[in-house]
Amino acid sequence: MYRYDLTDKTLVRQRVAQFRDQTQRFLSGALSEDEFKLLRLRNGLYIQRHAPMLRVAIPYGLLSTRQLRALAKIARDYDRRYGHFTTRQNIQFNWPKLEQVPDILEELAEVEMHAIQTSGNCIRNITSDHLAGITPDELEDPRPWCEIIRQWSTFHPEFTYLPRKFKIAVTGAPQDRAASLVHDVGVHIVRGPNGELGFEILAGGGLGRTPIIGEVVREFLPREHLLSYLTAVLRVYNLEGRRDNLTKARIKILVRSLGIKEFKRRVEAEWQLIREEGLRVDEAQIARMQSHFQPPPYRALPNIAPDSGREAAFRAWYRYNTTAHKVAGYRAIFISLKKPGVPPGDATDTQMDLIADLADRYSFGEVRVTHTQNLLLADVEQGRAYELWQQLDRAGLATPNIGTLTDIICCPGLDFCSLANAGSIDVAKLINERFDDYDYIYDLGEIDIKMSGCMNACGHHHVGNIGILGVDKGGEEWYQITIGGAAGADASLGTVIGPSVPKAQVAETIERLLEVYVEQRGSEERFLDTVRRLGVKPFKERAYAAPIAA
Amino acid sequence: MPRRLLRNAEIVVDEWRYVAEAAADTAAPLIVTLTQWQLEPDTWLARGTPLGLVLSPAHRVEQIAANLEVFTLIAAEFSGPAEGRGYTQARQLREQWKFTGELRATGYVRRDQVFFMARCGFNSFELPDSDIDDAHEAFTTFTAAYQPSNDLGLPHRLRNTIAAPRA
Repeated sequence: MYRYDLTDKTLVRQRVAQFRDQTQRFLSGALSEDEFKLLRLRNGLYIQRHAPMLRVAIPYGLLSTRQLRALAKIARDYDRRYGHFTTRQNIQFNWPKLEQVPDILEELAEVEMHAIQTSGNCIRNITSDHLAGITPDELEDPRPWCEIIRQWSTFHPEFTYLPRKFKIAVTGAPQDRAASLVHDVGVHIVRGPNGELGFEILAGGGLGRTPIIGEVVREFLPREHLLSYLTAVLRVYNLEGRRDNLTKARIKILVRSLGIKEFKRRVEAEWQLIREEGLRVDEAQIARMQSHFQPPPYRALPNIAPDSGREAAFRAWYRYNTTAHKVAGYRAIFISLKKPGVPPGDATDTQMDLIADLADRYSFGEVRVTHTQNLLLADVEQGRAYELWQQLDRAGLATPNIGTLTDIICCPGLDFCSLANAGSIDVAKLINERFDDYDYIYDLGEIDIKMSGCMNACGHHHVGNIGILGVDKGGEEWYQITIGGAAGADASLGTVIGPSVPKAQVAETIERLLEVYVEQRGSEERFLDTVRRLGVKPFKERAYAAPIAA
Repeated sequence: MPRRLLRNAEIVVDEWRYVAEAAADTAAPLIVTLTQWQLEPDTWLARGTPLGLVLSPAHRVEQIAANLEVFTLIAAEFSGPAEGRGYTQARQLREQWKFTGELRATGYVRRDQVFFMARCGFNSFELPDSDIDDAHEAFTTFTAAYQPSNDLGLPHRLRNTIAAPRA
């Protein structure tokens, strides 16, 4: 993984000093609440319902075990012994004390981490495919490019006061596991006309109040021009994005109002002016960055079937919680943070410490955060999967539900977030209580539920096969349900099935939707495909056919 | 009350006047708004003093490019703490239009913005009294940068070890 050089270290330390000074000026009264808000928001610090919330950046979801242990220590020393992993592959602490935040940042800097640009109207953490570098279908590992973009965008003098936040996702495989079509900019590694590697650039995707699938701005960009092209996109957005209305300020609204053709024309015109300036990424630079992401020293091993002859629990876990690796004899292993009864994405300090120990022993000392709020050990020998499972199982970290109904993506909701209209975590709990039969869950196959506590859509509900959106109805928590959304390369936005339902009826409504699927599905047909084939009507009819008992 | 400025990393008394301040000061260099300039350019030219121009956030640098040689000062306006267009305007003025005069940040300007503003090419800053005396510290907030910019407002060179080309 990328290791800081002297410059990175210097910059992060100087950022800690700057933030310490800003915090002291606020606490002494020299900075007003409003002035400090703008400064702390560029450093991942929100003032939430109970306490400040600090969001720490995990660039493209990659952690060393040293870093994971530092996060565990922060959870223990400054918080209530847990952290929450997010859909942007970051981690949030919900209970730090404002005056201690500079100390937390100092501990993070010690392990080459920070909270820079994890909030505020600036370029946010760069996200990527959690299977980067190990997936068999990849054209090229996207992580060196993520790091190049991370550095370019960090403390960018021109793009720190954008109209609104700006999210970039980079993928290197045809299968999109980073939801790049619903990002402000999606960067796809593709082959050009002569077989050379470069990028397809998309812009204008996003969720929130107005969900939109991103459109192609450039079909092929030679790779040395990546940063100048992104500069042109950001420059057009910075000058022309709306600043008069917060809900219309994302780049998706600009792209939509100009039309993709005119947006593209303006970007290209700006790019022609700057493309030969100092932003060219040269081959030496690419090679230097790629050297940070070299494969670990794999052993020469045959592929085996470690689940044959083992007990059913292990076989289920191996089937659902592991995935193919491009190197023979290895497997990528998901650690589910979706245990029933536990808020999705949460991990305690002891779990984080244990996962770090296991990653050291089984997966070359690295851990990845997935945008579905699970963790991943990317490089595990198939022959050691069983012993790893035993240890995960003992720690409650082997819930065999990756990619199934109970692998719910969920924002913190009303319990923690001051923006939320309704709870998310307790709805996840109700769904888990309703669907506790693994035979049924496995029979349903691949399906995802995504839930947001408000229309800011942190839980990506628009692109859930089943999406749940919390709404406030006269002070009560109600939920609007959509079906047919998808976040991958065939991304689509879900359709609302009808009027929202009260909290106690969400699980029953979902069960009715699933009944229709089970009755109507073709062989091997996923829930998503059945919805696409049949449309919303039969689902809607069933969901509202009979009143649901309170 | 004379206006103090941070200019080229030093606190100075501003010799420039905006039109509303200029009545009694006919010999002072004068800053006009774009509208004032467009309505009666000859009046301002006839004054014979150096001229400056206020560029508001919604204006485009291209709108003034044709007359750029007339002005020895451009004051980009920041309408509030979230305003960010001035950063791009500054870079375009310095890098595309090669403006070499005084580039001033006016409006909502605070010490915590000064470092990035200087990197974009601003070399003078209208800061409130509460900020101006310590604002020079902002120039050394960071001693390096990841990305190239013109850095024309910084009193010293940054170590530039950019993700993109290392110079």
